[in-house]
Amino acid sequence: MTRLLAKMEVDRRLVGLAVVLLIIWIGFDLASGGRFITPRNIFNLSVQTASVAVMACGMVLIIVTRHIDLSVGAILGVLAMIMGVVQSDILPQFLEYNHPMTWVITLIVGLIIGGAIGSIQGLAVGYLGVPAFIVTLGGLLVWRGAAWWVTQGRTVAPLDHNFMLLGGGIEGTIGATWSWVVAAIAIAAIIYAAIKDRRRRLSFEFPVKPIWAEYTNTAIKAGLVLIAVITLNAYHLPERAAERILESRGIAATAENLVISHGIPIPLLIVALVAIVLTIVAKRTRFGRYVFAIGGNPQAAELAGINVKRMTVAVFALMGVLCAISAAISSARLQSAGNDLGTLDELRVIAAVVIGGTSLAGGLGTIYGALIGALVMQSLQSGMALLGVDTSLQSIVIGLVLVLAVFSDKYFHRRYSDPTA
Amino acid sequence: MPETNNSNTDKNPLVEMRDIHISFGGVKAVDGVSIDLYPGEVVGVLGHNGAGKSTLIKVLSGAYQADSGQIIVDGREAKIENARDARDNNIETIYQNLALADNLDAAQNLFLGREFTDKFGFLDDAAMEHKAREVLHRLNPNFKKFTSPVSALSGGQRQSVAIARALLFEARVLIMDEPCAALGVHETRMVGELIDQLKRDGLGILLISHDLHDVFDLSDRLHVMKNGKLVGTVPTKDVTHDDVLGMIILGKMPEHLMHLAGPGATNAPNKEALQ
Repeated sequence: MTRLLAKMEVDRRLVGLAVVLLIIWIGFDLASGGRFITPRNIFNLSVQTASVAVMACGMVLIIVTRHIDLSVGAILGVLAMIMGVVQSDILPQFLEYNHPMTWVITLIVGLIIGGAIGSIQGLAVGYLGVPAFIVTLGGLLVWRGAAWWVTQGRTVAPLDHNFMLLGGGIEGTIGATWSWVVAAIAIAAIIYAAIKDRRRRLSFEFPVKPIWAEYTNTAIKAGLVLIAVITLNAYHLPERAAERILESRGIAATAENLVISHGIPIPLLIVALVAIVLTIVAKRTRFGRYVFAIGGNPQAAELAGINVKRMTVAVFALMGVLCAISAAISSARLQSAGNDLGTLDELRVIAAVVIGGTSLAGGLGTIYGALIGALVMQSLQSGMALLGVDTSLQSIVIGLVLVLAVFSDKYFHRRYSDPTA
Repeated sequence: MPETNNSNTDKNPLVEMRDIHISFGGVKAVDGVSIDLYPGEVVGVLGHNGAGKSTLIKVLSGAYQADSGQIIVDGREAKIENARDARDNNIETIYQNLALADNLDAAQNLFLGREFTDKFGFLDDAAMEHKAREVLHRLNPNFKKFTSPVSALSGGQRQSVAIARALLFEARVLIMDEPCAALGVHETRMVGELIDQLKRDGLGILLISHDLHDVFDLSDRLHVMKNGKLVGTVPTKDVTHDDVLGMIILGKMPEHLMHLAGPGATNAPNKEALQ
């Protein structure tokens, strides 16, 4: 089995994670009498995971450079408040309610301020030499306090209609047709990437994996995309909502056209986009290469002419930008911005990243691992909630799982044993 | 400059350091030392810990700046204020801790800081791996682990990667700080073969070591330092281990080589050594 995986050049850690996730899903499904693996629950799971998943992508890069960011939850909170005020209090003074530009301006403001907050923390870490743990621990308090100050504690609601689509919900999906289009594009990209990579390696006469492995890998990836879209399309809108949509389009409701699919929720689309972009950044750009080099040996990176201080600022700034995206997703999902939004998210994010195989010692980690880690965490939480497990017991279980995950990782894999890292 | 290997007199030195002074808070770490290095030559810089050899070399590699003195590269005075300046003058340093990122593979390490990119600005890993295979194959035909992180390589293989990296930068002067420290017998021999090959290619190599045996086997000339001063420069073939030990410990040129002691050299047993 191990040799088979090696031939296919599949990350063994990834397979381990996938198996764990599958066990959790099947376990909860059996325990709940088939209520866990349903289109509806999978859909909800993907929406609930989105906010943490987006931040986890950035946290991978932070931890790979041997830093940590404890302030992401607080930054999410302050950004959600700022974006709430921008869209509900400030912009309506200039634009009409639910103006199509409102959500765009709001999001841009959030991204810029998020980047600025991240840069400030990055400057303190990189140039002033204060350990990231301390800077971001301070940041946790500062930004949580700042979140309260934005409105003196008032919760901002209602939010802009278009902005709320970012949080999923009944209208925050792209529907069946577009979901198929996305799936087709994704599968085409998977096949193209596989062919291109193989041709490139062959043109240099490098060893390539056997052709059957190539086919299997591609088929598995494409299959996962297909299964995901089929599942999400199988989750239909409630009849009442479907009626309302048909009414707004001026179509009479019949038994057949009342069946409207959710399709891919917008937050999931955002996660996919962020993950793809950051994976490309991590693997295919100088920036990403330097992030890993710094994590592996900061001295060597410096000697190779890499500006480690500036890279530190950039990585933290990127984290701030991702916090803004997460802030948009989670406030849109709750349809309001409260100053306690994102509380304890830093721990969920770090846990997801660590479960996903990122080494706290730096230099090693993957974006896709962090995504699965986030899904594992959310699955545990949702599953236990579905079974009616006490919240207090939920925390205990999740805490133990985190420790167990890191232990098993240390136990079963030698450091850097991962050939794809 | 001292008259040295007869074979070198027809060439100009690759690099010369003249009358280098550097002190840290009143302590003279390097006190008026002059050394030189010719193409195709391996020169050892020897001395006890604290003799000033590492400080002197760090001036050349750009880690420190001299208080006074000149660095002449290819007959022209060069300003070396940081590692980048040194690199611009084709001077590469291979540090004792090897300066590799353990989690990256050989090709990624070789090209760290000057990666190949395609027309969209993305890393061209295949092209880098291709070049890495070519360079490493020349240095070490047994090198196979191109896709493993360098932490999975043996000490000698890691040293090959570090040297290949310097070669890719078109180094003409290679400074090696304790290249055989922490290496086994077989690995040490491998590094020795590497050095011989680089020598044939016309590079000048400065070996910093406090292990007499490594340096004796590999070098053509020896610069010996003590207490920040140059004791003397001697051709390796004209001296014995004991002669050199005397230079290191007593700071004294061997009697039969007294005529080789050049400017900046301490010709006679110096006072400090006798104290």
